[in-house]
Amino acid sequence: MWEQIERNRRNSVLVVTGLGVLLVAIGMAVGMFFTGRQEGALVGGVIALGLWGVLWLTMRSRGDDIMLGMTGAREIQKKDHPQLFNVVEEMTIAASLPKMPRVFIVDDPAPNAFAVGRDPEKASVAVTIGLLRILDRDELQGVVAHEIGHIKNRDVALMTTAGIMLGAIVLLAELGRRALWWGGGARAPRDDNGGGGAQAIMLIVALVFMLLAPIFAQLIYFALSRKREYLADASGAMFSRWPEGLASALEKLGGKTVPQADQSRVTAPMYIVRPLHKGERRNLSSAFSTHPALEKRIRILRGMGKSVDITAYDRSYASTTGKHVVGKRSLSGVPPVEAMRPEEGPVQAPRARLREASNAFLAGAGYEAHECRGCGAVLKIPPELQGGKLAACPRCGAAI
Amino acid sequence: MTGVWIGVGALVVLVLYFVGIFNGLIRRRNETQNAWSQIDVQLKRRHDLIPNLVEAVKGYMTHEKGTLEAVVQARDAAANAKGPLQAGAAEGLLGALLGRIFVLAEDYPDLKANTNFLALQEELTSTENRITFARQAYNDAATRLNNAREVFPAVLISGGFTRADLFEIEVPSERELPKADFGG
Repeated sequence: MWEQIERNRRNSVLVVTGLGVLLVAIGMAVGMFFTGRQEGALVGGVIALGLWGVLWLTMRSRGDDIMLGMTGAREIQKKDHPQLFNVVEEMTIAASLPKMPRVFIVDDPAPNAFAVGRDPEKASVAVTIGLLRILDRDELQGVVAHEIGHIKNRDVALMTTAGIMLGAIVLLAELGRRALWWGGGARAPRDDNGGGGAQAIMLIVALVFMLLAPIFAQLIYFALSRKREYLADASGAMFSRWPEGLASALEKLGGKTVPQADQSRVTAPMYIVRPLHKGERRNLSSAFSTHPALEKRIRILRGMGKSVDITAYDRSYASTTGKHVVGKRSLSGVPPVEAMRPEEGPVQAPRARLREASNAFLAGAGYEAHECRGCGAVLKIPPELQGGKLAACPRCGAAI
Repeated sequence: MTGVWIGVGALVVLVLYFVGIFNGLIRRRNETQNAWSQIDVQLKRRHDLIPNLVEAVKGYMTHEKGTLEAVVQARDAAANAKGPLQAGAAEGLLGALLGRIFVLAEDYPDLKANTNFLALQEELTSTENRITFARQAYNDAATRLNNAREVFPAVLISGGFTRADLFEIEVPSERELPKADFGG
């Protein structure tokens, strides 16, 4: 059943190829600009590819650690937060992933979640404490299903590759602009061999291209990112078999205006909802947004009705936006899947959920819980004070 | 002479084509078996959790002895069931009875505040969900295998692949459940 999305992925690979062509083209434009010769184009193109290759290899080998490190995520074990762990394992089964992803908690009051891992064998799911505080079990399952959808659809590899291309394009365009500022290549063609007119036109074309390429690249990248979000929603609805869980979670996330601690543009497209800046509110999505408008995502999920398969998602998407998100060819022969409400788990108050989430994060960060014999307070001792370095309870002064 | 070579070439291509189909069938069969063992793992998990649950609620739910005994019986029946069809029926009954315990637990505030019970409830909730998802995954794999072995030309060589049964959990209607003893 998941093969349909796999097929749909080919379109996305084409988009990335387009970005690659743009990257080489801008390399050539910058090369020409620097040297003032046509041969410079070749050198520029090769340098552009080389730059991308180095960045890509770095991300390939260390990308997950870099991203998890940037957000300050801590890996947790089953005993630290059984519910989160269980939900991830359930979705692993539903998506038939070969291996359960590692589970991380991020110490951030802004509710959000993301997944990393370029292949499903080595993936990780991370959620913030703020998310665990406000969502109930069904909603948490919806969010985790969306993240597992990203892993199953191999979006992380795709978006990292595209993101690095975008980064390289912006970098090269910046380089070209600086060259122009210093009057770099522009004076060279005058003393060239006669064909000055043609050269000058070429240079002007190259200049215009250098200014427009980063904008185009961003538009392409953002459109790709939004599409992958929709498809992850579709997969999430199918895996959890309960689109309402994800819809309700998105509604809660949209209602919060807590700014995110992680403000990096590199990690932004990975989150389930766009990280907010300080004082910012959620507004309508534009062509320059990595994420589709939340109201639209929610309306599509709620319009799916009784079936939760990808055909139902595409139908609902079409009736909301007038377009299709999955290719017609990919939809033929998809067996229908019916909605099914998950089992009702134990109900917890938000305060208890916050405490559990925060304890789980601290356990993941290596803190040791220790009950004071004097006053009964549970002390959470950080790693640097463990091993008898803390002599007395800071609350009542009793010896530890 | 060229004709012979073309004939040999065509034969080789044909053989490779069927080898490909055969390997595809084997892959689908392995997928189905893996999916089935995943259900087995989850059912076993459920069977292992039930004695703990009964132990945890026994002290509180003194008036529901009948339901608790029925759960234990259903568990044993399910643990000894053979094959998807028999297991499906037994597990369906067990699932319905478990659901009832959690509904009845609503009337016992002390029990609902018991952390041990809450932890067990989370584990059993998760197990029920896992069984649902594993069953879905198994049925998808089984349907893929059944379709693959029946289409032409795979049907010419798929004699050795048996049709996989789908796993349907029969949920007995409320009145078929053993009556709980409210007499106490």
